[in-house]
Amino acid sequence: MSSSAALGSLGRGLVLPIGLLLTWEVASHSGLVNRQFLPPLEHVGATAWQELASGELLEALAASLRRDLLGFVFGSGAGVLIGLLLGLSTIADRVVMTWFNGLKQIALLAWIPLISLWFGFDEMAKVVFIGLAAAIPVILNLVEGIHATSRKLVEVGEVFRFNRVQFILYVYLPAAMPSLLTGLHLALIYAWLATIGAEYFMAAGPGIGGIIIAGRERFDMDLVMLGILVVGSVGFLVDRGASWLERRLIPWRAASALA
Amino acid sequence: MNVAAQLRTTAVPDHGQGRLEVRNVSKSFVVNGAPVEALRDVSLDVAGGEFVVLLGPSGCGKSTLLRLIAGLEPEFRGSISQDGNAIAGTSLDRGIVFQEPRLFPWATVSQNIALGLKNAPLSDRAKREAVAAHITLVGLDGFAQAYPHQLSGGMAQRAAIARGLVNRPRLLLLDEPFGALDALTRARLQVELQRIWAHERITMVLVTHDVDEAVLLGDRVIVLAPRPGRVSRIFAISAPRPRSRTDDDLVRIRNDVLRALGDGEEDGSGGTPISGPA
Ligand SMILES: Nc1ncnc2c1ncn2[C@@H]1O[C@H](COP(=O)(O)OP(=O)(O)OP(=O)(O)O)[C@@H](O)[C@H]1O
Ligand SMILES: [Mg+2]
Repeated sequence: MSSSAALGSLGRGLVLPIGLLLTWEVASHSGLVNRQFLPPLEHVGATAWQELASGELLEALAASLRRDLLGFVFGSGAGVLIGLLLGLSTIADRVVMTWFNGLKQIALLAWIPLISLWFGFDEMAKVVFIGLAAAIPVILNLVEGIHATSRKLVEVGEVFRFNRVQFILYVYLPAAMPSLLTGLHLALIYAWLATIGAEYFMAAGPGIGGIIIAGRERFDMDLVMLGILVVGSVGFLVDRGASWLERRLIPWRAASALA
Repeated sequence: MNVAAQLRTTAVPDHGQGRLEVRNVSKSFVVNGAPVEALRDVSLDVAGGEFVVLLGPSGCGKSTLLRLIAGLEPEFRGSISQDGNAIAGTSLDRGIVFQEPRLFPWATVSQNIALGLKNAPLSDRAKREAVAAHITLVGLDGFAQAYPHQLSGGMAQRAAIARGLVNRPRLLLLDEPFGALDALTRARLQVELQRIWAHERITMVLVTHDVDEAVLLGDRVIVLAPRPGRVSRIFAISAPRPRSRTDDDLVRIRNDVLRALGDGEEDGSGGTPISGPA
């Protein structure tokens, strides 16, 4: 892609958000919408500045990202182990997978009451919830990837007398790698959504969710808007970063992806 | 670099003759609810160090027979044994080069070949040398770090041949290994294969559609007939080696084999075998 084409596509990508912001600004200033509900951008900006200067915004963001990362690491780690177990063992797969497919139908937020009963409302409970959110897409995608491993390549491993560990390392894991990365990518997004959900519904301690709650309670719309913008931006960056990593981690798929 | 000399140093110790006995083997598949008889009552003895070529029309069960010998299909009737021991599953003593390259797409050429040596009783250094020597052997120098999607069909097939050869099984099964190659590369690899065979006395069972190749390489050429797959004729080729394609004896046998193949096609709908297995 040439640089002018790249700029062009970036330009097109910016049309929608800039258009929305403009509409927002005009609506807010024209009096069409009550400023209480949709404060002008400069007010949100001023609040942002204030929160940045006091260090509260960064502190909240750091707290949120920390539990996001913690939940993601534990959740996806457990997800990889469980996914391997389910994907490689036909018995475990038959016994558990049906259950699991039912279990995943339960909306994530519905777990919150149960988790808060078990773990309370503190940090531990939040991280468990985030971990659960991250583990589910990892398990599902890894199992699917392992099941899709080419029978013909498995036979090559049989001819070379691979043992179980060799089969996992040299056949099943690499074969499932694209699926696994898709699962990890989803896990990153789900974990961030779950972070906000956890902070919102298990309010205790600092976090972006806490900022939104504080804004709501004080009817400080600037603060609510600021929180929402931060949540959206972090989610966007996480998604982009994951896509970028995903493309780079599978060199052998480069050609097929381009074709 | 002298490839042959380098290969010699990496040879694995002798363990058995590589003698093969296939006795009254039958194999059926179920396709769309109906049984398909891929092989019926196939018997075949291959002496240790012998070079046997299987020839026959498409669908007559050549790949199926190789898969059974390799130990990849546990269910069949009859018995197959190597050096007197009934085969059970796969073994490092029996190698196979599949009809398709079957390279691992996530591994480079040299990694793919090295995977063939994962469970070989060699030092890391010996393994590295063996991999390098076999890359040279199949003419893939400069492509050691290439991924399969960066190879042409023929290059991928050569990498697969190197992977099949590298751990020096006592018995090597080759399913149309040179099918995707140009005439020149094919001729060179035929020579290399013969050299390795002559030097290491590996028992070879090679499937091909190329009658010239069959008579050039084989001690015996076994012609199979289709539906159901069965042995139709066996040609012993005693011409001395190294052989020349233009040798009168070879040309004569080649014509006989071609004629037998034609007959096999005609009586494929239920005729009796012309001559049983030796
Ligand atoms: N896994 C399978 N399931 C069902 N039928 C099979 C299977 N493998 C082989 N067959 C059938 O067995 C018969 C022999 O197949 P095989 O692949 O052994 O033929 P072949 O002689 O190697 O042919 P070609 O020269 O085209 O490679 C065919 O009729 C095929 O349909
Ligand atoms: Mg075949």
